[in-house]
Amino acid sequence: MSENKYWQGFGEFSGKEEYEQRIQNEFQEELPFEEKNDKGWLDAATPRRDFLKYLGFSTAAASLAAGCKVPVKQAIPFGNKPAEMVPGVAKYYATTYVQDGDVVPIVAKVRDGRPIKIEGNTLSSFTKGGTTARAQASVLDLYDTNRLTHPKRKVGDKFEEIPTFEQLDQMIIAAMSGVKNPVLLTSTITSPSTKDIIAKYPGLKHVQYDADSFTGILLANEMCFGKKSIPSYNFSNAKVIVSFGADFLGTWLSPVEFSRQYVQNRKLKDASFEMSKHYQFESFLSTTGASADVRLTHRPSETGAVVLALYAALGGNSTAPSIDKKLQTAIDKIASELKANSKHTLVVSGSNDKNIQTVVNGINSLLESYGTTIDWSTTLNCRQGIDADINKLVADMESGEVDAVMIYGANPAYDYHAADKFSAAIKKTKIAISFSEKLDETSELCTYLVPAHHYLESWGDAEPKSNHICFIQPTIHPLFKTRPFQTSLLKWSGSEKDYETYFKEYWISKIGSSIAFDAALQSGVLETATTNSTTKAFNSNSITSAATSISNSKPNGNIELVLYQKVSIGTGKQAGNPWLQELPDPITKATWDNYALMSMSMAKELLGVNLANGTEKEINKYEYFPEKPVVKITSGNKEIELPVLILPGMNAHTIAVAVGYGRTKSLGKVVEGVGKNASIFSSFNGTSTDYFSKNVSISNTGKKYKIAQTQIHNSYEDRTEVVKETSLANFKSDPNQFKKYRDDLAKNYAPLTGDYSKEGTLYSSHEQPGLKWGMSVDMNSCVACGACVIACHAENNVPVVGKSEVVRYHDMHWIRIDRYFVSDKENADDLKSVVFQPMMCQHCDNAPCENVCPVAATNHSTEGINQMAYNRCIGTRYCANNCPYKVRRFNWADYMGADSFPNNQDQKLVGVLDPVVHQMNDDLTRMVLNPDVTVRSRGVIEKCSFCIQRVQEGKLIAKKEGRVLADGDAKTACMTACPTEAIVFGNVHDKESRITKTREEHKQRLFYVIEQVHTLPNVNYLAKIRNTDELPEVEHHEEATH
Amino acid sequence: MCFYSIPVLLLPTNCTLSTFFRSTASMISEKYIYQKLSLCFFVFIAVLNIDLSAQDGKILFNSKCASCHNVFKNTTGPALGGFQERENGKWTDTKELLKWVKNPPAYMEHDAYTKGLKAQFGSIMQSFSDITEPELVAIASYVNTTFQKGPGGGTTTATSSEPNEETDGRNAILFGIISLIMAVIAMILMQVNSNLKKLSDDVEGVLRPEPTPFYKNKIYISVVAIAFFVVGGFYVTKGAIGFGRQKEYQPHQPIFYSHKVHAGINQINCLYCHGNAMESKHATIPSTNVCMNCHKAITSYEKGPKLFDEEGKEINGTAEIAKLHKYARFDPKNPAAWDPSKAQPISWVKIHNLPDHVYFNHSQHIKAGNVQCQTCHGEITKMDEVFQFSELSMSWCINCHRDTKVNFYDEEKGTGNKFYSIYEKFHNDLKSGKMDSVTVKDIGGLECQKCHY
Repeated sequence: MSENKYWQGFGEFSGKEEYEQRIQNEFQEELPFEEKNDKGWLDAATPRRDFLKYLGFSTAAASLAAGCKVPVKQAIPFGNKPAEMVPGVAKYYATTYVQDGDVVPIVAKVRDGRPIKIEGNTLSSFTKGGTTARAQASVLDLYDTNRLTHPKRKVGDKFEEIPTFEQLDQMIIAAMSGVKNPVLLTSTITSPSTKDIIAKYPGLKHVQYDADSFTGILLANEMCFGKKSIPSYNFSNAKVIVSFGADFLGTWLSPVEFSRQYVQNRKLKDASFEMSKHYQFESFLSTTGASADVRLTHRPSETGAVVLALYAALGGNSTAPSIDKKLQTAIDKIASELKANSKHTLVVSGSNDKNIQTVVNGINSLLESYGTTIDWSTTLNCRQGIDADINKLVADMESGEVDAVMIYGANPAYDYHAADKFSAAIKKTKIAISFSEKLDETSELCTYLVPAHHYLESWGDAEPKSNHICFIQPTIHPLFKTRPFQTSLLKWSGSEKDYETYFKEYWISKIGSSIAFDAALQSGVLETATTNSTTKAFNSNSITSAATSISNSKPNGNIELVLYQKVSIGTGKQAGNPWLQELPDPITKATWDNYALMSMSMAKELLGVNLANGTEKEINKYEYFPEKPVVKITSGNKEIELPVLILPGMNAHTIAVAVGYGRTKSLGKVVEGVGKNASIFSSFNGTSTDYFSKNVSISNTGKKYKIAQTQIHNSYEDRTEVVKETSLANFKSDPNQFKKYRDDLAKNYAPLTGDYSKEGTLYSSHEQPGLKWGMSVDMNSCVACGACVIACHAENNVPVVGKSEVVRYHDMHWIRIDRYFVSDKENADDLKSVVFQPMMCQHCDNAPCENVCPVAATNHSTEGINQMAYNRCIGTRYCANNCPYKVRRFNWADYMGADSFPNNQDQKLVGVLDPVVHQMNDDLTRMVLNPDVTVRSRGVIEKCSFCIQRVQEGKLIAKKEGRVLADGDAKTACMTACPTEAIVFGNVHDKESRITKTREEHKQRLFYVIEQVHTLPNVNYLAKIRNTDELPEVEHHEEATH
Repeated sequence: MCFYSIPVLLLPTNCTLSTFFRSTASMISEKYIYQKLSLCFFVFIAVLNIDLSAQDGKILFNSKCASCHNVFKNTTGPALGGFQERENGKWTDTKELLKWVKNPPAYMEHDAYTKGLKAQFGSIMQSFSDITEPELVAIASYVNTTFQKGPGGGTTTATSSEPNEETDGRNAILFGIISLIMAVIAMILMQVNSNLKKLSDDVEGVLRPEPTPFYKNKIYISVVAIAFFVVGGFYVTKGAIGFGRQKEYQPHQPIFYSHKVHAGINQINCLYCHGNAMESKHATIPSTNVCMNCHKAITSYEKGPKLFDEEGKEINGTAEIAKLHKYARFDPKNPAAWDPSKAQPISWVKIHNLPDHVYFNHSQHIKAGNVQCQTCHGEITKMDEVFQFSELSMSWCINCHRDTKVNFYDEEKGTGNKFYSIYEKFHNDLKSGKMDSVTVKDIGGLECQKCHY
């Protein structure tokens, strides 16, 4: 193995002079002066005299404002206080996040009647308390100012309010009488009680449609096993995992469950070298691919051939079409590994092609995975839509067969492969009712809008896996005049009951008693033992025909396009959520947009951007300015213009575009102008929707478009010890390589006592007489799902700054997930791995920031926390400058409306804030703020506080109960959000705590980021180990270990 | 306290003058001035000392005793004035007193007098297991001095600090006048000096320029300027620090609610209405339905003393109760028809306001810290309309955190809050005598992020 290089950007990879200069000038901020004109300063828009006038006036105004009488504040108690309500103390309600088929059991933290934070429900057997970024962010959707506030009907081109639900019901019942073939179009419904209601609605046809369809798997399973459903997978039982484009750690089926299973045998403890091996075949660089041990790329149209090659290599009765030699070698190697580990293997595919999924079933069957890693006794219900159904519905609507359509959850006018056709067809119906919470693309075409509750306002249930029931209970009184869509169905079908009553009766009769029902509601989940594990007989006849049709499908274009989902936006249902829009993509670190991902070689060929061996000017021109080249992507008669981001490790003939962008303006100013709708490139192949395009043409438009990327502005200035990563083979050969580095530090800098922390410095050390907080982050477990980033947003009132501010590097995330490419030293495109490193304040015991603060606004507590007193901060930013980890964030503007002067947000000349910042300051949106955390005003620094409010709360509860603080009394928001338990937080003085044990059990992988600068961080990391056989060349041995 | 600062600040001014005297061959001996100065200083120190010890007993009395005891009259417990004369002077023995206070139920078993008190007042005194002998002595001496002064002579009321402040004010004026006189004398002497010099020069025939008049004299101007700067700066700083502080803030409330009548005369426990103080960061004002628990039956104000507002206007108690009934949508003539869910909230004016960047938790102080309500809110049982008793400034918080002892865990006895059992270092220091007690400060009570996050 040649030497590896760890890098964040192309400029860093080539390490040119200009790059060096740039990192020297870390805060590259142009001064807010206008251009000097010929007339001199006096005639400028803000001449010097004006400046002095303003200065004088504002000083006088400030003193006047401060001297004015303190406003009279009111304290208004309840009129009649509910007995269980204690103002100032949070209540926690178990409920369930349901967005289409995605289901995450959660616990909602409700403070003074307002849900403000989502936590995972630890009682759930399949998520065990893990969450996703979207589940974490869903609480903000509740307070979205763009929600529909009352039922409406279309009169002419406009929607008119209907004052009461009684009137609405009368209108609808009148309109629905005598219509033929009413259809209910929904996304996947996992709720048993809702399905019951739908089934009882007379004459109603139910069509399920998923924007990310799993028709391929469903149909393949029907063919192979006679059951049109998806079995449950168990990645923790798999020693070898092969994924053909399935993003199972990010967006595929049930990512929380899968990531948790996946990391189970990847958390290498000391002296254990057993870990699963993960192969990923894909066409672009996905988050799951980034975590894989070995990645191989191919064109999207080649997926079938590659899958078939593996089937053949495993001895399957089939001849595979020829594939690239590199792929074939890899396939042969994988086949032998799979065979050696049969029964403990898992092969999955993200393809929506029935034939490919049939072959994948064949592979799993050959490897006898059914029963160990794939379980038919529990099925996954989270995707049920069959693409042909909606095609038929559209045809029926067009032909006038269907008079009435009711739509819940689905948004085909936006994400259907023939959206125009659907839009035209829906106009031919007599009545179209939308139950959407917001005025989305499909609702705009409907005649009635009957907005449903947000899930946090609802009753309900979900069964994402068979026999795993998750309950939904309201956490707040409905904010607007909305109604559950089930109640509407009940009323219109002649029932007097509302959904709440129906739901309760349904479950009480099922469970047995109202006491048992209350208990189930309280825990939020009801899981009954699964029926005996029946292995279904595999019908291999179907494989032959599948193989034939795969072999017949050949790539027919030079450039192919693949659609993918980002972990933040998914299919775009929560696109109006500012937190999610500002969450940097784990791979590109870009916020607020979608773009075309392109390989380095294609960029060179098409755009003339030579990143591999271009001049430094060329590289920097592309990399360090937000303006990216814009290309026009054409496929048939469909075309969009998108900016380009160049990534290493992409397939040379493929571009990748994220779906979920380019939403309608009526979802709010947040989505206006954000990205383009790429779903238009999906197509129907006869049985299912293909999320790729075999032949696209790309032309350079010569235009430029700004993309707001993070991370490119932070640099560790060549301190490559920031990330520690190696191959399993190398780790096995020298298990103490990381530990040795730490031991050497003690040997060299603390020769007398061996105590590096005390002897290696001139400063005296801080004492912690009682508690000492510490955190451990396992880089082998982090899959960059971003849940921690959003959890931190919600918990700590971290502001949203908008795209224009992210472009200026003013992003405010307290925790960021740094992405490092690991590639061959000579060839950046030879991507070996991607390392994710969650980076937050390291709470150094010898903190460089504390020493330089002129007003001691940041200092050290006796519990080892680097504390930040916002009100003391005068905004010198010395601390941010001196922080080697670049985790301090400066409030360049009044993002939270925290200043005394209300017009501080209305900057006219420079620093004009995006509309999203103003939306986040709406009275309704501000209800999401955590009242225990100060909102920061302009001009102060902020950073990770180790969730000090949670720490203090945990301590207080223990104190009030007169007991010792237990492990787990205080957990940070990032820790509780993490689905893979990559983050562990606790008291390191407690010998029994998880943090202490984690550090003891992982001595060989433990390291502190840039420990040699003696900052003594309280956050440790566990090195990333890739399960490959690479061994460093002997002469490089020394360098590779440091 | 701030009044002490004035003489301190003026001292340097005097010193400048004294150096000035030296250089101008003063006719007054330097010794005299130093005598004066040191006298000022001693008076100052003495005043400070006396005041501190009296203050100590008073604080202790207010925080520990005042919720149940008054010096002059019986309340929940007996009047404490002259208690040491009772029972043949038994209570003059502080050891005996300590036994009683530390564990009243145990003491009572073999003591007829205290048993009698229980019969008279219907309750047993709460135990003060952590009280020390010096503390008890301080309380006793405070009670005795207050009793001797009589009910009018500075009692335990919240405004009892006024006489002290008056003396402080008198001292300040005294020092100010002395300083002023000395400054004038110095000026006259300097004028005399220069005149004499001129005379002698004239006699000796030395030619000198005309002396500059005093208003053009640069030394005078600079001395005045410096004095102005120091005094002005002091007041500006003091004023700026005081911005937004609302000590003594006593707004009019929508209903004239008298804490004196409720918590004082009728002895309603604070936590009956402000029960959330035990579990939440907010003590909370009770909701209307809580008021109605009693006021469904109590519909008129009859037996209590006459009520007056701050302006001396008499308040009709019954009319105020009627206001409450209006909020509660309650008809006294038809009490059975009352529906609590129709009750309207009352918009009280918030008196105790902390800035937004301060996190304060009542339960932390009341439950975990065992602090009495009166420590911060003053003698609420004496207030008709509530006013802000404490400064609620950061220095006020911090000073309390510096001195207040935590209920530290005693390993041997097994007493105290177990939470603190992990502080090994302090346990060792207590054992070895390095520390005599653990204060809030020692467990991090002065750190920024204990209150600001």
